[in-house]
Amino acid sequence: MTKNGEFYQRDRTWHPPAVTPDYKTSVTRSPQYSLISLQNSVSEVTGPVFGHNDIHALDNDLIHNYAQAGDAAIGERIILHGRVLDENHRPIPNTLVEVWQANAGGRYRHKKDTYLAPIDPNFGGCGRTLTDESGYYFFRTIKPGAYPWRNWVNNWRPAHIHVSIFGTAFAQRLITQCYFEGDPLIDKCPIVHTIPDAQARAQLVAALDMNASVPLDSIAYKFDIVLRGRRSTLFENRLEGN
Amino acid sequence: MIQKLDYLKETPSQTAGPYVHIGLAPGAAGFDIYEKELGWDIAGPNANGERIRIEGVVIDGTGSPIKDVMLEAWQANSEGHYAHPEGGGTVEDGFKGWGRVITDFETGEWAFDTIKPGRTRGRDVGQQAPHINLWIVARGINVGLNTRLYFDDETEANAVDPVLNLIEWETRRSTLLAKRNDRDGHVVYRFDIKLQGHNETVFFDI
Repeated sequence: MTKNGEFYQRDRTWHPPAVTPDYKTSVTRSPQYSLISLQNSVSEVTGPVFGHNDIHALDNDLIHNYAQAGDAAIGERIILHGRVLDENHRPIPNTLVEVWQANAGGRYRHKKDTYLAPIDPNFGGCGRTLTDESGYYFFRTIKPGAYPWRNWVNNWRPAHIHVSIFGTAFAQRLITQCYFEGDPLIDKCPIVHTIPDAQARAQLVAALDMNASVPLDSIAYKFDIVLRGRRSTLFENRLEGN
Repeated sequence: MIQKLDYLKETPSQTAGPYVHIGLAPGAAGFDIYEKELGWDIAGPNANGERIRIEGVVIDGTGSPIKDVMLEAWQANSEGHYAHPEGGGTVEDGFKGWGRVITDFETGEWAFDTIKPGRTRGRDVGQQAPHINLWIVARGINVGLNTRLYFDDETEANAVDPVLNLIEWETRRSTLLAKRNDRDGHVVYRFDIKLQGHNETVFFDI
């Protein structure tokens, strides 16, 4: 039987570079020196493990997880679902997926957000879940609104949901954003365009998924997430102890 | 024509943005939603080893503290075992080794309580000096930044640490050393992280 080895190196040309001047905040928050590349040790191939005791079964229902009893969040009801896979197409089971987003008016429930769109008293804006045995996850939520932000004078974020994923190792840790098929603001967004490659940007756009929608209830978007894959150690030069 | 390699591409990263707290630390965003927020007790009550506090700020290229940053810590227990199936051994009941750290919104100061980790096995030979792996995300950071915190009182272990020794510029190694202080009988390490400029912290591509 082959054993797990190191993770494939991250393709830094696929990810955004650290300095992206059109996204102004990155200019002073980006290292100027090159990252130092490390081959994996035990510190990188391990990472936190979560279980069903860590979360509540309804944490993945953003329509109801902050609503008063009998109430629901306002907005277009959607299901966001997909699988967490690695680069080898293998599903990643039991991994924590966390999301956060603005409400239907584009306002975040955060003490630092002062946008004039109103707070929805029945919407918190965060959710979390564990993938099942086949790497599958889903959230029920409302489609977030677009909102303006200070970069150029008139920048608007496309509707998006922030997604945080762990995988099985600290080397796989990832935060990204999920956009929605057909949104004309995607191509105008300097944050989306921190990613140089058009195919890579397309990987962040969830597809309208009519087959997974619930008739007369919710429309669905499919968003698969890919984390770094791992080598099988067929030869020497492997991690000690593995 | 050649055969096609059938690998998937990793999902590209995007900034965590200014409101990362909503998702990952909603209490700090100003509301109470989950019964249990994750990551606020790294070591747990049963962990052996020296109880320590680590504190610092993350500083941007203008020299200003970053007030909307979030850090995650990942560390071994005092015996050098990570709480993971490949972590090298068992850990105490309740020892997680993982935590989340956010800043004071006014000052940018952050702090977390944990135990000092032990030495962990090296990749090929030998041992790594005690260290805490850190992952830093914020508005303006496009891909989370990985670094390591080492301890300035571990002179012998640090001298033979394979990762510290990989840093060609010896003067840069000191950017990874947390400075030990005793404060009212408690051990406090100071670890300021500089994203750019003079004495920029070493960051890793892991």
